[in-house]
Amino acid sequence: MPPDTLTRTDAELSGLDALEIAGRQKETSRGARIWAATWPKLAALALAVAIWQLVVLSGWKPPWSLPGPLVVGEELLRQAGSAQLWDGIAVTLRRAAVGYVFSVAVGLLVGLAVARSTVLRAAIGSMITALQTMPSIAWFPLAILLFELSEKAIFFVVVLGAAPSIANGVIAGVDYVPPLLLRAGRNLGAHGLGLYRYVIAPAALPAIVAGLKQGWAFSWRSLMAGELLVVGISQTSLGAQLTYARELADSPWLLSTMIVILVIGLLVDAVFGAADTAIRRRWGVLDQAGR
Amino acid sequence: MTPTTTTPESATTAVALSGVTKVYGRGTNVVLALDRVSLDVRPGEFVCLVGASGCGKSTLLNLVAGLDRPSGGDITVADGARPGLMFQEPALFPWLTVEANVEVPLKLRGIPRAARRERVAELLRTVHLADFGRKRPHELSGGMRQRVALARTLALDTPVLLMDEPFGALDAMTRDILHDELERIWTERNLTVLFVTHNVREAARLADRIILLSSRPGRIIWSTDVAVPRPRRIDSPEVAAIAAEVTDRLRTEVGRHAA
Repeated sequence: MPPDTLTRTDAELSGLDALEIAGRQKETSRGARIWAATWPKLAALALAVAIWQLVVLSGWKPPWSLPGPLVVGEELLRQAGSAQLWDGIAVTLRRAAVGYVFSVAVGLLVGLAVARSTVLRAAIGSMITALQTMPSIAWFPLAILLFELSEKAIFFVVVLGAAPSIANGVIAGVDYVPPLLLRAGRNLGAHGLGLYRYVIAPAALPAIVAGLKQGWAFSWRSLMAGELLVVGISQTSLGAQLTYARELADSPWLLSTMIVILVIGLLVDAVFGAADTAIRRRWGVLDQAGR
Repeated sequence: MTPTTTTPESATTAVALSGVTKVYGRGTNVVLALDRVSLDVRPGEFVCLVGASGCGKSTLLNLVAGLDRPSGGDITVADGARPGLMFQEPALFPWLTVEANVEVPLKLRGIPRAARRERVAELLRTVHLADFGRKRPHELSGGMRQRVALARTLALDTPVLLMDEPFGALDAMTRDILHDELERIWTERNLTVLFVTHNVREAARLADRIILLSSRPGRIIWSTDVAVPRPRRIDSPEVAAIAAEVTDRLRTEVGRHAA
């Protein structure tokens, strides 16, 4: 090929690339992005507190059973200064972490096994979905018979609640790996474990993260149900504090504990949400949606 | 594919197909996709396979790539080389940067990190994407993605390139430029290319030899050597004349399937 043809092609190619790429980058400042994501949440929170205050002012319930936001806020501040709340959070979070980590291990292993083996899929594939629809609180009578009123009973139900969701996420993720990527991976020399490491696992990651997020929601709910039912083994867990607050008719304590439980749930959910957004940004799904 | 089957002929044949048959399905749903296809591709030859829908072009490439097994017949690739395969879609891994995509086949072969980095840089220069290594596939245009896919396939260091309508989804101008690019890389690296397309002009622009496949079942019905000197232009009269002849043959073949 004569040299002049070669340089012509090079110039054309980089010109075309420049035209194609132009206008794709749009940058908004970090502060603006955070503010855009934050203010609707703050507005919604303010609205919720306002409605709460209005209901209290309306005198629908006596103030000793439904206190207003101010009273509960004061109680929350008082609790935050006492060891009892932090002990409760520590006990509950330790249970949540142990149960969830174990659920993740079980869910990932079972999910991977079912996704790989047609026999296992035929045998227990639909059972995993069935387990997922079972309300976790319905497991407690059996759990209490098996393990009595103990940590083990709570652990048993937490794992049964979370593991099926995680396993289902793995199965869905592996099932929906685009066949084209599998063919490309095999052609590039990926076989067996290599194919899992370089193609299947990363391609399945979004669905796995969705499963992990749902698994967390289920385990958190199961844990709260467990702590309400299985009282007496520990004085301080958040669920136990709810029960005592009800028995003592201490509604500010009860509501402030509920707020703590809600905030913990939201914080963990935000972590999963951030992971999900990061993955989608890497994959370019967010850009295509025009966000 | 094993070294023991390599014969003295491998010096003159890069890819040899003899009596390759592929049957899909079972019982009454049986479909004969390829029927006794025999073909010898010389080392360094650029062969275009042309045919209408259902001629089993893609099936043929899958078989040569070793992604599927033939129902009958033999496929030999010289020196047991594993051919590289490119698709109509770039099939890049969206979770990896451009560099990391090109690096995957090198990692899978266990090449050390420093050598990998050097090879990736060299390959990206080859496809004129040296400045785009840190980008992700979704940030690039279709033509650029296909060049990344080409660099990734070249990273296999294979002498045989199989291309399944690789430029089918691109606009005409990008396609023209990529024809020049592919021709250059093919010459520089002494590649043997088996290129599937339904675009007759593209075949006449690129090929040393055009092979026409019939539809259902896929059989080789005609072939011609393209003696037009390179570099060629897709709009030159010589290329157009070859394309016209192939089109006529293709139309006759499609007409046979009229109800």
